[in-house]
Amino acid sequence: MNAGAVAVSMIMVAGLLFLIAVRGLGHFWPKTVYEIEYDNGTNIVQIVGERVETEEVPKKRIVESGIRVDSDKDLIERSLIKVGIREVLGVDFMLTVAPNERSVRVPEDVIVLERTQWGNFYGYLTDVKEAGKTVDVADADLWGELERRLHRVTELRERIELIEKNRIGSINFQLEKLRLKRRGLELKGITDQGTYDLLSTEQDEYTGDYEVLKAELDELYRDITRDSITARVMTGDEVEIKLANVVKAYQPNAMTLAAKIVFYIKTFWGFISDDPREANTEGGIFPAIFGTVIMVLLMSIIVTPFGVVAAIYLREYARQGLVTRLVRISVNNLAGVPSIVYGVFGLGFFVYVVGGTIDELFYREALPSPTFGSGGVLWASLTLALLTVPVVIVATEEGLARIPRSVREGSLALGATKAETLWRTVLPMASPAMMTGLILAVARAAGEVAPLMLVGAVKLAPSLPVDMNAPFIHLERKFMHLGFHIYDVGFQSPNVEAARPLVYATALILVAVIVVLNLSAIYIRNHLREKYRSLEQH
Amino acid sequence: MAAPQISQDVLLNRASLDLEKEQACFECRDFGLYYGNNQALRGIDMVIPEKRVTAFIGPSGCGKSTLLRCMNRMNDLIDIVRLEGEMLLHGKDINSKLVNVTELRRQVGMVFQKPNPFPKTVYENVAYGLRLQGVNKKRVLDERVEWALKGAALWDEVKNRLQDNALGLSGGQQQRLVIARAIAIEPEVILLDEPASALDPISTLKIEELIIQLKQNYTVVIVTHNMQQAARVSDYTAFLYLGELIEFGATDQLFTNPVQKQTEDYITGRYG
Repeated sequence: MNAGAVAVSMIMVAGLLFLIAVRGLGHFWPKTVYEIEYDNGTNIVQIVGERVETEEVPKKRIVESGIRVDSDKDLIERSLIKVGIREVLGVDFMLTVAPNERSVRVPEDVIVLERTQWGNFYGYLTDVKEAGKTVDVADADLWGELERRLHRVTELRERIELIEKNRIGSINFQLEKLRLKRRGLELKGITDQGTYDLLSTEQDEYTGDYEVLKAELDELYRDITRDSITARVMTGDEVEIKLANVVKAYQPNAMTLAAKIVFYIKTFWGFISDDPREANTEGGIFPAIFGTVIMVLLMSIIVTPFGVVAAIYLREYARQGLVTRLVRISVNNLAGVPSIVYGVFGLGFFVYVVGGTIDELFYREALPSPTFGSGGVLWASLTLALLTVPVVIVATEEGLARIPRSVREGSLALGATKAETLWRTVLPMASPAMMTGLILAVARAAGEVAPLMLVGAVKLAPSLPVDMNAPFIHLERKFMHLGFHIYDVGFQSPNVEAARPLVYATALILVAVIVVLNLSAIYIRNHLREKYRSLEQH
Repeated sequence: MAAPQISQDVLLNRASLDLEKEQACFECRDFGLYYGNNQALRGIDMVIPEKRVTAFIGPSGCGKSTLLRCMNRMNDLIDIVRLEGEMLLHGKDINSKLVNVTELRRQVGMVFQKPNPFPKTVYENVAYGLRLQGVNKKRVLDERVEWALKGAALWDEVKNRLQDNALGLSGGQQQRLVIARAIAIEPEVILLDEPASALDPISTLKIEELIIQLKQNYTVVIVTHNMQQAARVSDYTAFLYLGELIEFGATDQLFTNPVQKQTEDYITGRYG
């Protein structure tokens, strides 16, 4: 009975993970693009696109929706075709029913472009243009020409990003600091003109640097917009596309298996390591992974000392009586409070009261715009630490209770004080239990979303909480979180259907991140256990 | 297994012992102890002589371990314990508020029934008490660790395993390690609470030989269930029964010619 229940749960967990993995990981595989001659009831049209999913639907339902079907079967295959080119068709997807597909071809020369706007592009390459003029190349070499030019554009884009994000970003950071310094001086009532002049010179220096970069940037932008291509789409229209808008171009039907595998690995790596684009529905999720990990680590750093100190007090120092019992009951009940309540508390107490006070005291020059007075990774970590502290307390208390009295007495008999005994002997021996608490805390915190929405997780954070600008760790910054990203992409994006595979893939990454965090904690714990094996002997 | 052999001169020296001529180390004056409302010790009056081995014998629950634990105030750890009377060490009441309990425990070391080494290396176990006193120089520590291990007759067995985990030693080695740990901080008194009860006969013999050696430098107080053991190792023996001190005297005297009827009944095995 028991084993059966365990088996069923195991199968369900494995099945869930398998489903997520298949749905999410399949997304990055280059799918075959079909060219379908389709009878849509009034005339024959051409459809070019990927078959996203196929299902069997009763004929009656299709007929009722006003589509003529040339078939006697009761069940009709209906496919969802991703056709891309939103700028031409106004939709991303089309539905087809199998009997009305007059012919299906897999054209070798069809190209797929992943673009920075309007979603994917499916069509046939006709021309490559440089500065508006058609480049004279043989038809057979057209694709090679496109790849060469796209390579150049990609390099340019990387340089632009480097300048925009790092160098200009850091200048902006410094300018903002100078502005705050000036404001701070004004608030202090300092009127010495020399100080202000000093600031102004510094400011001018940065502005000068900025102008130089701006000029460089303008040139790069001119370069990057030089090339374009024209391509024929399924409606027969020719469309011109700037290569600057193209992230990736490939010919899925012409790819060998090896090429597909390489493509797959590259795309998947891009998903993990890139920033998101187009309202999170394209590009990668790196900031969300980073934000999640930083937040969990910060939470661990905060929750461990608090939980351990509380447990030591409760178990070792407090008089066991009504009060400690009440405290214990409260601690245990804290674990059952819905997490959104912690979010509200975090917002009300940490963000508004503590953060607001910090702003009043230390960041007056930035007011009225808040520094610590709005959600941020520090407040999110603190809120989650509060949420998980009961787990750490309970686990540590159990660990302390398991340390045999003989060991404590041995230490005390050598003239150790109670604190020395705790510090040198009892705590090291209880450390595996503390790690157990921390593992449970991490597992809970990494998957939590609701409270984070109130205290600092955002749809799109302009910069990571850790970067190259001193002081390198910016605890007041908002951050992205995988859990919140799933919610945002899956339910708040303009094109939910197109983003669905991303939801699965992100969910898979979230599970993987939690597993990795847990495994490392378990590894440390086992290491400690090995070291303090004595507990089993007594 | 034959009874372990103890050298004859020790036994001969013992014949001339006389409690009146000894210097006092511990002194109990009308000492009593309560666990809550239960009186566990009552009216104990005795003098524990310096640089001698004193054994406490008696049936289980007679209070011998409790009395031993009073000598370095281990009973402080138990909330419900209440004391009466006086326990003097070199004439000073150890339960007075002026006494620093950690200081007292440095003077009065203790070894427990079950070996309780810390889950650290052999070296760190012995160095533990020294480090507590702020000794951190490697040279000094090395010297003292070697000296203590030699003093506990363990050096030859562990000198190549100093960095191994102490929990890997055998039970008898662990118990001698714990004794080494206790003598490393050079206490004046060593309290042994049934130190051999969890050991095999060979380890027991080694511990007993060690105890006899220890009395050259330390006052040793040992609690034991085993009357043969008390007879073998101790100079003086105290017989406790139901929390009272029934008889206290030179070991040979007490075992061969007990004054009290109860003592005689106990050592002849009529109860206990």
